[in-house]
Amino acid sequence: MNSFSVLIGGSAGYGIDRSSLILAHILNQLGYRLYIYRDYPSLIRGGHTFSIIRAAKERINAHSNKVDFLLALNQDTFDSHAEKLNDKAIVLFDPDSVKAEGLDVPITKIIREEKAAEITRNTCIIGAFCKAAGIGWEILEKEIKANMPKETEINLKVARRGYDAVKELVKIDSLPQPALPILSGNEALSLGLIKGGLKTYVGYPMTPSSTILHFMAEAADEFSLKVVQPESEIGVILMALGFSYAGEKVAVGTSGGGFCLMTEGVSFSGMAELPLVIIVGQRTGPSTGLPTYTGQTELHFVLNAGQGEFPRFMVAPGDPEEAYYWATFALNLAWKYQIPSFILTDKTMAEGGFNFDINSIQDIEEEPPLLWDRKQPYKRYQVTETGVSPLALVPDKDAVIKINSYEHDEAGITIENEKITAMMQEKRQLKGPALAKELDQYETVKVYGKKSAPTAILCWGSNKGVCVELSDKLGLKVIYPLVLSPFPVKQFQKALKGVKKLISVENNATGQLIKLIKMHGFEVDEKIFKYDGRPFALDELEERLKRVLK
Amino acid sequence: MNLDTHARNDWCPGCGNFAILNAVKAVLTELPEEGTPLENVIIFSGIGQHAKIADYLNVNSFYSLHGRAIPPAEGAKLANPNLKVIVFSGDGDSYGEGIEHLIFAAKRNIDITVIVHDNRVYALTTGQYTPTSPFGFKGRSTPEGTQERPINPMELMLASGATYIARGYSGNIPLLKKIIKEAISHKGFSLVEVLQVCVTFNNLYDYYNKHVYELKDHDPSSYEEALKRIREWDYNSEAPISLGLYYKKEMPTFDDSFADKGTGVLGRESRIKALLKNYL
Repeated sequence: MNSFSVLIGGSAGYGIDRSSLILAHILNQLGYRLYIYRDYPSLIRGGHTFSIIRAAKERINAHSNKVDFLLALNQDTFDSHAEKLNDKAIVLFDPDSVKAEGLDVPITKIIREEKAAEITRNTCIIGAFCKAAGIGWEILEKEIKANMPKETEINLKVARRGYDAVKELVKIDSLPQPALPILSGNEALSLGLIKGGLKTYVGYPMTPSSTILHFMAEAADEFSLKVVQPESEIGVILMALGFSYAGEKVAVGTSGGGFCLMTEGVSFSGMAELPLVIIVGQRTGPSTGLPTYTGQTELHFVLNAGQGEFPRFMVAPGDPEEAYYWATFALNLAWKYQIPSFILTDKTMAEGGFNFDINSIQDIEEEPPLLWDRKQPYKRYQVTETGVSPLALVPDKDAVIKINSYEHDEAGITIENEKITAMMQEKRQLKGPALAKELDQYETVKVYGKKSAPTAILCWGSNKGVCVELSDKLGLKVIYPLVLSPFPVKQFQKALKGVKKLISVENNATGQLIKLIKMHGFEVDEKIFKYDGRPFALDELEERLKRVLK
Repeated sequence: MNLDTHARNDWCPGCGNFAILNAVKAVLTELPEEGTPLENVIIFSGIGQHAKIADYLNVNSFYSLHGRAIPPAEGAKLANPNLKVIVFSGDGDSYGEGIEHLIFAAKRNIDITVIVHDNRVYALTTGQYTPTSPFGFKGRSTPEGTQERPINPMELMLASGATYIARGYSGNIPLLKKIIKEAISHKGFSLVEVLQVCVTFNNLYDYYNKHVYELKDHDPSSYEEALKRIREWDYNSEAPISLGLYYKKEMPTFDDSFADKGTGVLGRESRIKALLKNYL
């Protein structure tokens, strides 16, 4: 087996999410590289929740709709996913609650006999899976102990009964490579912010960014973080600007709807030159849309959010290592240029499960901001060659530090004078080219696959994983702009060299990256869009690529 | 001590905002000798005539958006509990567009002071009714008179958890100064509602002068008594209008819970690597 997938499904409240993590960790111990696709509805109990755990020898960041093991905890799971089964797929199910063909696991009987809680059904089926897949009991035992600190004994018992209830059907061999941590994109991103010197995180719960808030709250003691949940996203961003004023590196996170409320604060950050990192996790819109599903529809919204003109930084990481590295970078840039700095993710990236190899990440350190040299009287908005005014931080006995949302003079006092207005507009705008120049020294447009191929896929954000994996298989090049503002025109142009046919792949209906490159004079030849709330599966995108490659 | 800036004052002659500015200046002048260096003071303002005070005082300031003076003030206070955070706000600002922030700041009992310049009219936008304008108020958006009754902001604040609630009047600067000073030194969320007269769009000097009186023999530690006095005038009907301190209570503050955990930002990478072992 080159790569294989395990699908586990049941009702919400069956512990599917944790089960998928345990399954992933079991395969991780065997040396496999993993990706977890999580699919769940916006409700607390009932409905149909499933996860696909895909395992391979090499790093993967995409799921496949070809399933080799189906662990059906309810009828919906079997009915909805039977069509995904590969020829030799193994179906595990409880004959007392699911009608299917495959390997009977008497889950209902076992949990009754063991007087175990309903939720242990998932442990029971994982036990059966391990046996059927030829995975040693000791590996499962270790993972249950590590992941189920409560009710450990009963879970072990139920898992063992499931393990003993079936026969070994295949043997998943272990691979000679060490396990890597498994993180969600949001966890990697959060750690990157922490690495970059984050002191405060402010957030209002909203999928798919709530898990950043949860992670930061859990990590608050360890890393001396302040974590606040204010009354609304308006409160979030304005409160964050207060932290920023007081000199604390701060980030906020939300999704499209919450970001709508934040836009006045974004513009304020641009005008008042208050450094801030803003994470926007995209989901399916418009409006409330599909709260727990994915999309790439906020590129232009975030690029243009806020009245008036001011420079901004925006990066859309496509894997957890990029999320980590660029989160630190985004924080550095926010403070270096005193601008709003955006990290655009989506549900696929935010809540997907990935291996994370911190040792593969280029070194990046927290950078101190430009501070006032105390030689001249302090002016918060002093005009300089780069447009960046040196910072003094409250309280400073020698400086009066005035922040202003109105147009202001160098001291921060409100003005309406035309000359000063033009001067201050120019001062803020100066920071854009300075930022672009600095970014030119970094790889902001990445190229993957067969670099000499005349046909290239153009993708961004979370589509990186699926596109890169397919490009190797299909002999295509991948062009992947990572920084979207300021748009890296030169690097993009260079990446396009030798490309005769450019195929855009996006999770939206209108081609948002296409529009962005068009503004810089570039065109695509083919478009592959998906806007049903789900990310591209490997097999699905392969088929659609083949159609346009004919 | 020079508290003036190079900004030209653009308030109308006779504007009630001058009374607040002068009272605040007097309070600020006394702060250093009482142990609060002036650089520790930050004033926040929203948008409206009141907000220009940020330009007129030579102290740290944060001239925010309409209705949004309170959240950044909370952020700054949580970042550094040694800061003395004073918010200036308007009735349109904090009783209208930003009312959620006012309620939540009171609910948190965060140690900041909010001074509301309540002129009961939108003045900067040339005269529309606000949340505290009386029923029937004729403004440019309600030429036939507003069909909404006003809210009583002090009752709202009492219900929301504010631990210091007082009312001043731009026609009584000594009282105003006393209240503002007390409010600033109160540990917890303090609201100073100021009946501030807009001479151009809602000149209530004569009306207020006939109705106001200073609270006497009132027990500010009693919630029930405070409620009774606050309800005496509903911002709408003819009634005596009391001024002074209504309610004061010592309670733990939100900012107390944000004490530095002491783990710092140094050595974070090695701690991140250690944490990652939990994800294996």
